[in-house]
This record gives sequence, C-alpha cells and structure tokens, in this order.
Amino acid sequence: MQRGQGFKGFLNYIRRNPAFGGGLVLLLILLLFSTVAGLFVSKEGAYPLAVMPKQPPSAEFRFGTDSVGRDLLPTMIYGTRMTLSIGMIAGVIGLGVGTVLGFMTGYFGGLFDTIVKFLVDVLMTIPQFLLLIMIASSVPNPDKMTVWEMGLVLSIVAWVQPTRAIRAQVMSMRERAFVMMSKLSGMSGMEIIIKELMPNLMPYLAISLAGAVNGGVLGSLGLQTLGIGNLREPSLGMTIYWLRYYNAFLQGYWWWILEPVTVIAMIFIAFLLLSIGLDEFANPRTRRTV
Amino acid sequence: MRIPLSYLLKRIGFLVAVLFTAATINFLIPKLVPRDPVQELINQKIASGGLTSEGAAEFRDSLRTLYGLDKPLYEQYLTYIWNTMRFDLGYSIVNYPQKVGTIISQTIFWTLGFVSISTVLAFVIGTVVGALVGWSKTSKLFSWLMPPLAMFSAIPAFILALVLIYFLAFRAKMFPFRGGFSVMVDKDWSNPQFLLDVLHHAALPGLSMLLVSVGGWSLGMRSMMVTVEGADYITFAEAKGLKGSRIFFRYALRNTLLPQVTSLAMQLGLIVSGATLVETMFSYPGVGNRLGGAIRALDYPVIYGIVFFLVVGIAIATLVVDLIYPFLDPRISYSGG
Repeated sequence: MQRGQGFKGFLNYIRRNPAFGGGLVLLLILLLFSTVAGLFVSKEGAYPLAVMPKQPPSAEFRFGTDSVGRDLLPTMIYGTRMTLSIGMIAGVIGLGVGTVLGFMTGYFGGLFDTIVKFLVDVLMTIPQFLLLIMIASSVPNPDKMTVWEMGLVLSIVAWVQPTRAIRAQVMSMRERAFVMMSKLSGMSGMEIIIKELMPNLMPYLAISLAGAVNGGVLGSLGLQTLGIGNLREPSLGMTIYWLRYYNAFLQGYWWWILEPVTVIAMIFIAFLLLSIGLDEFANPRTRRTV
Repeated sequence: MRIPLSYLLKRIGFLVAVLFTAATINFLIPKLVPRDPVQELINQKIASGGLTSEGAAEFRDSLRTLYGLDKPLYEQYLTYIWNTMRFDLGYSIVNYPQKVGTIISQTIFWTLGFVSISTVLAFVIGTVVGALVGWSKTSKLFSWLMPPLAMFSAIPAFILALVLIYFLAFRAKMFPFRGGFSVMVDKDWSNPQFLLDVLHHAALPGLSMLLVSVGGWSLGMRSMMVTVEGADYITFAEAKGLKGSRIFFRYALRNTLLPQVTSLAMQLGLIVSGATLVETMFSYPGVGNRLGGAIRALDYPVIYGIVFFLVVGIAIATLVVDLIYPFLDPRISYSGG
C-alpha cells in the first residue's frame, strides 16, 4: 500500500489488487449481515419452537424455518456472528502465541528454539482436526461451551502454523544487512525484533492471521457438525448438525440446506481472496506474473 | 540410490516420537479432564432403569478393575503405552464386548477405498490441469478453469457434500445419498452387481473430496510450471529445437511433479480429517463415520482409539513418502533431513 496517500491511495491499491478488494468486500458484507441486520431481527427466533416449523421462505419468514421451529433468518444472522467470533478468538490467540514464539525462536535460536521446533514438527504430523476432536470431546459439558471456550479450545492448535511460518521468515530476515546494522548500532535483541523485524513482517503476520481465523472457523464448523459443542445456541456448524440430524434432504427443505452452505462458502471464499491479495502484497515480485 | 542408515534412524526416531506423543496425549487428556466416563455410563444405565443402587456400586468397581482405573497412575500409563504398542486399543463402552481394533478393521477399508481413489484422481487431474494452465504455449481457454477450481478448493468438502447430496441425490436421484451399499444386493465381493453398487454409493463422497482438492493441486502445479518455464534449461531445450511435447513432458513436467509429491505427503492429514466429515454426511460405513457415531455416544475408547489409529497411519504414510522421495528426485541427498 502506498503510504501517505490516504483513502485514495488505498482505492488505487485495491484497483491493482482486485482479489484483496473482493475479499474485503465479501467479509464486510458478512460482518454487516451479522451485526447491523441483528439490530432489526431479534435473537429469540433462533431457538427451537420459536416459530411455525417447516415453512419455506415467504414474506413472513424471509429465510424460511427449520423442522423444530427455528426462524432461519435470525439463525443465520446470529450463527454467522457466533461462528466468525469463534474463528477470530482462535485466530487472534493463535497468531499472538505464534508471533511471540516465532520471533523468539527464529531470532534467538538455542535450546528453546530446538524444543519449540520439535514440538511444532510433531504437532504438524498429527492432524489438527483429530487433535481437536480429542480435546473438545473431553471437555466437561461440551454441550454448554460458550463462544470463548470454543475459541480457546481451537486456539490450542491454532498457534502451530503461525509459529512455523513466522519463525521461517524471521530466520531468513535475521541475516539481512539492515539487521546487522542495527546490531552494530547497539540495539538489543528485543529492540531489533520490535522496531526492525516486526514492521517488515507485517504482511506475513496479516497472512498468518487470515489463515488462523480461517482455520478456527473451519475447526469450529467441523466439531459442531460432528456434534461437539453447543448445539442450542445459533451457529453455522450447529445448523449443519441439525439439518443432517433431521434429514433435511429427504424432506427436500432446500432453504435449510442452501442458506448455511451459501454463508459458509462466502466466508471461506472471502478468506481465500484475502490471502491471495495479502500474498501479492507480501511478495510484490509475484505481481502481474500470472 | 541407497538410504544412509543415520537418516533412516533419524526419521524412524521422529516417527516414534510422534507416536509416543500421540499416545501420551491420548492417555493424559481423559485424566486431566474432570470427567468420569465410568460414572457417566452408570448414570446412563440408571436413567434407563437397568441398575439398582447396590448393583451400580458393584458395577462401577468391576468396570474400574476392567479398565485398570484402580491402579496407580504410572502403572496405568505404562500399561496403556504397552497395550498401544501392541495395537490393543481396548473395548468400546457402548458396544461393550466389541474391541476398538475390531471396529477399525471392519471400517477402514471403506475409508481407504474412496479416499485413496478420489485423492489419486484429484492429484492426477489437478496436476494435468495446472500444468496446462501454467504452460504458456497451451490454449488460453484452460485459464478459465482456474477461478472456479480455486473457489471449490476454499470450501470444505463436507459443505460441498451437502450441495451434491441435495442436487444430485435428492433432486436428480442419480446417486444414493447415504450408506456404502444397498441392502437389496447380496454383500458378496465377487458379485459384479455388488461392486457396481458399492461404486455407485462411493461416487458422491468421492466426488466431494475430489472437487475440493483438484483446485489445490492445480494451483500449486500452475505456479511451479510458470517458474520452470523461465528456467535456463527450458530455453536451452528450445534452442536445441526439441519438440514442444518433449519439452513439456520430459523437461517441465518431470521437474514440477516433485514438489507436488511433497505436498501430497503434507496434505494426508487434511485429507483424512476432511474424509471423516464427508463420511459423516453420507453415513458412509467408514472409520470416520464410526468416529462421528462414537462422539455422539460419548464412547471414549472408540474416539481415542480411532484418532490414535489415524495419527499412526498418517505418520507412517508421511515417512514412506519421505523415504521414496529421493528415488523420484536424484538431486535430493539424505543429509540433515
């Protein structure tokens, strides 16, 4: 992004990087849908027995209702909010831990680096989703998990990927001339990390954040689809669990199936576009080549 | 090419470390959590009216002895590790006399079948499409394939499965929407009718796995192809006047395939995790669907046993790919690792 050109410069940048712009717009639509639309629609309707069941979309129920009497419009609004919140909590914690560990190990090395690297290597071999299943299904009262608890459970694996990516970037940057210069001018290790390395790695941190939030959303969807977690509060994964449980296919309730699928697809496509856009930002050399 | 012993030992050492960590996590999580599966089971039995209170106490003690819960923790741990090494994963709580190992052996081939076929197909199709898109001398029409493929690759397979079930199974009635075979046909593997029926049932689960992974392979292949096309040896091959097809297949494809194999090894975990959810969507008789069922029934030995089994399987498969990799790429030498 060109600095110092304000909003106009930002718009110009988007014009050169349409993927980033598209991802931002999609994410903005989802955020508006899950917040502003919530001002007009009460959450009451998102619980069983709130409205007449099995209604296709109509003037009264814009999104239709499911077979136990949830109004799907509030279910989608509050479900999107809940699923995105879980993903953000997991992603922010994961990136936070990953940033600290990545910079520490990548810059200082030593025994701590050896231990963390080994741990990361082992955890990369164990599929994260399977680990999540084990942890989340063992939590006491998984059916009463709050948004924060679910986010925390997901963050147990969310730090692994960021740690690995940031560590690799820091290691390659550590040997550059400007870091040598800072060392010679008497800056301490922490100072170099915060003042020199962090600003240079901002795009990578942003990519890691997008990846971690994406992973958190995916993990929460997967767990809830398997029936782990709070299946009463409205969330997208909960909706998938119940539509399968009540065989929405056999009854041909297309709205109940296609609505959560559309929202979920929008979330993941938004993250895909954002990460393509951020990647171009982080590696300007790939610009315009393909 | 020979594999140096030190490298082999190092890799196997890592594998043992992974297995040991997985087994220890498996052992520790239930202990760390303030939850008593035995008591929960008994509560269930009492609720269903099958136990008196004296009977419950006796039942609890005998269950504790059976699962070794009356012994000190270190002894439980050592027994657990020893049993795990022998692949004795214990008994299911819900279907009591059934062993976890039996459950896995009954279901694993269903999973292996559709997952391996769809993965191989996705790998081949994705690689070919990616190579054709990346190679600048092919038709520009191919590049229109990329955006939809990339979109599919972002969406989880089990979500795509919902769409496929609704449109292809419910609406078009082209495929069955659940199960691995129909009850009407004799379950006899030598019967071609049964085989066709199995394929028919595996088509949609396989297709949802295939559609989401083709995009990833073609994206990876395309960017590798673009890099390779600019390499000096390609320019030199062109200068020598070699045929385009020879340059494409023998020079470009040969070199771009190798990183694809590496990512295949790295994707195995994701593929298996995805398959678990896809199987649940289709109630496919594989190991992932059994895992889903065990989660709903709180059958902890089955949950932990299946997860452990899958972790071991993936770790071994990754090791195998790592070891055969240098046979594919003579430039790789076994140093460091």
